[in-house]
Amino acid sequence: MKHLLSTENLSAENAIRILDTAEEMAAVGDREVKKLPALRGRTVVNLFFEDSTRTRISFEAAAKRLSADVINFAAKGSSVSKGESLKDTAQTLAAIGADAVVIRHWASGAPHRLAATDWIDAAVINAGDGTHEHPTQALLDAFTMRRHWSKLKGSASNGADLSGMRVAIAGDVLHSRVARSNVWLLRTLGAEVTLVAPPTLLPIGVEHWPCKVSYDLDETLGAGVDAMMMLRVQGERMNASFFPSTREYSRRWGFDDARLRALDDLGLKDTIIMHPGPMNRGLEISAAAADSPRSTVLAQVRNGVSVRMAALYLLLSGDTREAATTPGTARSDKESN
Amino acid sequence: MTETATGTYLIRGAAILGGDAEDLLIRDGLIAERGTGLSAEGATVIEAAGLVALPGMVDIHTHLREPGREDAETVETGTRAAALGGYTAVHAMANSNPVADTAGVVEQVHSLGRASGWVDVRPVGAVTVGLAGEQLAELGAMADSRAQVRVFSDDGICVHDPVLMRRALEYVKAFDGVVAQHAQEPRLTAGAQMNEGTVSAVLGLAGWPAVAEESIIARDVLLAQHVGSRLHVCHVSTAGSVEIVRWAKERGINVTAEVTPHHLLLTDELVRSYDPVYKVNPPLRTDADVQALRAGLADGTIDVVGTDHAPHPSEHKECEWAQAAMGMTGLETALSVVQETMIETGLMTWADFARVTSTVPAAIGRVADQGRPLEAGEPANVILVDPAARWTVDPYKMATMGRNSPFAGKELPGAVVATFFRGHPTVLGGKLNTPYRYAADPAGAGSSN
Repeated sequence: MKHLLSTENLSAENAIRILDTAEEMAAVGDREVKKLPALRGRTVVNLFFEDSTRTRISFEAAAKRLSADVINFAAKGSSVSKGESLKDTAQTLAAIGADAVVIRHWASGAPHRLAATDWIDAAVINAGDGTHEHPTQALLDAFTMRRHWSKLKGSASNGADLSGMRVAIAGDVLHSRVARSNVWLLRTLGAEVTLVAPPTLLPIGVEHWPCKVSYDLDETLGAGVDAMMMLRVQGERMNASFFPSTREYSRRWGFDDARLRALDDLGLKDTIIMHPGPMNRGLEISAAAADSPRSTVLAQVRNGVSVRMAALYLLLSGDTREAATTPGTARSDKESN
Repeated sequence: MTETATGTYLIRGAAILGGDAEDLLIRDGLIAERGTGLSAEGATVIEAAGLVALPGMVDIHTHLREPGREDAETVETGTRAAALGGYTAVHAMANSNPVADTAGVVEQVHSLGRASGWVDVRPVGAVTVGLAGEQLAELGAMADSRAQVRVFSDDGICVHDPVLMRRALEYVKAFDGVVAQHAQEPRLTAGAQMNEGTVSAVLGLAGWPAVAEESIIARDVLLAQHVGSRLHVCHVSTAGSVEIVRWAKERGINVTAEVTPHHLLLTDELVRSYDPVYKVNPPLRTDADVQALRAGLADGTIDVVGTDHAPHPSEHKECEWAQAAMGMTGLETALSVVQETMIETGLMTWADFARVTSTVPAAIGRVADQGRPLEAGEPANVILVDPAARWTVDPYKMATMGRNSPFAGKELPGAVVATFFRGHPTVLGGKLNTPYRYAADPAGAGSSN
């Protein structure tokens, strides 16, 4: 792997290697000194064209725990807002000597452009592009699910996939990069995915995706779900006729208290409730659900740092330098994402 | 007429419209003779064995960018590209800056075309003032101007107000004009980035549904029927659009339709690269649409090929997809792409090619002296094509200033060997020769074209 741009073309082998490496990185977080020297002297730029404090600080923490030098480049309020092009920004970062660029962009495909052009030679990590993909979010979700699934089966996480796990993802699939990245990755890892959404918030062509599609959350829960992921409803959708009102949305597609109780009634005692954050409490998820023991919301945040450490580590150390001081396996270049 | 006398050229053994080999004698701007074994004292002889002779191509849909965006293209560079591509006339779209919505602007473009001398430049007039879709531009003034505008279009923007569209269709009847509609329902395409379908779903790019094009075409053919007017539909891109135009023609509605070379060859699968060279309006569609467009062009449902040549400066394409400008260059690749998609597939002959690239577009635009038969006495707007040639597209070797060719790196068949414009070779040996020069016509006044 030279870049991490999407999960669509991420092989099972590479996905599992990232997750296994993340397990080892997670162990670092449990130490008194949460730091490895793996990326000492390497420069990681967090290039954010869109505000996302949560994702940015997660990548920042990950890079710093690997001893990389971190530059945060918020494109808002910078030369970019004065009209500088992505090309000029990329070439500037190349001239500064960036080894990796973590890019968050409002435009779908912007990370692909950075990776495909000769503007910059650095490793590119997609930290969310438009309504396209958010691969590290999907990897941290899969990491969270894998720990849960392995624990239930009484086996080790390392090397495991998600075969047989039933995952439902509910909400605004149309505009969700998290949903897209999850659908592809969970397919690759063997999980059975069901998307649940109002028809207005499903893309044309979703019937070709490797998952089931439902308009009915209760029916989906009734069929049995091991992980229930709720997607954030963006404010700008609320007045664009995607659904009549937030209350109707909440009643039909929100994970409310009644549905939380229904999990018990259905005998789904081990079902976890996931949310990529930030949550709209009372809209797509009730406060009781968000705070219940089933909720993995904070575990997802914690695991995000481990997964991002793994991604940075695997992209930045490997064929050009020895990786003797840290865990992980040799990387291969047979796949480019 | 104030044209200069041009030289004498004897084209030997060209397959006329792809048929039998004959000679063409070009003298004083006309085809003087057509036959076998012709000879002429002092004529420049062009051995054309293996070449196909066709009427000069007429583009019904070109963006020359001047006035206003001379960093993207000028009338001079765009018409050089046109001549190299086998064109002897182009229709310059109205979305310049200032917009071609007054007699003054269309006359300026017309004069620039005459000063360049590579092809006939026929300005297209805007339907509405400033392309704003609110009030009719002075269509009659443009029709009566030296530019003699007959095609009116807000291309790039749909005349979506049904009342305004109705009025425009009716009004242009006064001077035998035609409204060329860019069919795109604006509310259904707000923020749209690419064809809406399985690819857009995966790429997370806002979709541009086929229905946004088809619903406007359906409305417009019914309006044209109701008011008895002539309608031209720019760049149809979907299978459904072809069906609607076919239905309209069966009912006797006076509608013509155009397809671009890129919509005959490329699909939205290319957008997976996120390379904005593939960003265009209307967007690249699916393979099923491509096949329907080819069939429609072959059976006459679609009347003409129009390039929608849309050069852009590189910085408008070297960016994020959503930031990039829409459009592709096309003048220098159109012939080859149509040969590849329509002739090499057996769907059309070279005679059909002449119909869809010359005869009918000239008729739609009411362009005198263009799209004429290759017969004695006719104006010598003639091209010679080597159908056996193969070449690899390199945008940096083109005459257009635009480097945004979606065919870059692709090998295509067919090459324009010579272009005769008003009897003068603007292209010889596949290279630019010299422009045609009008006699004593510094202001572009007087003659018509």
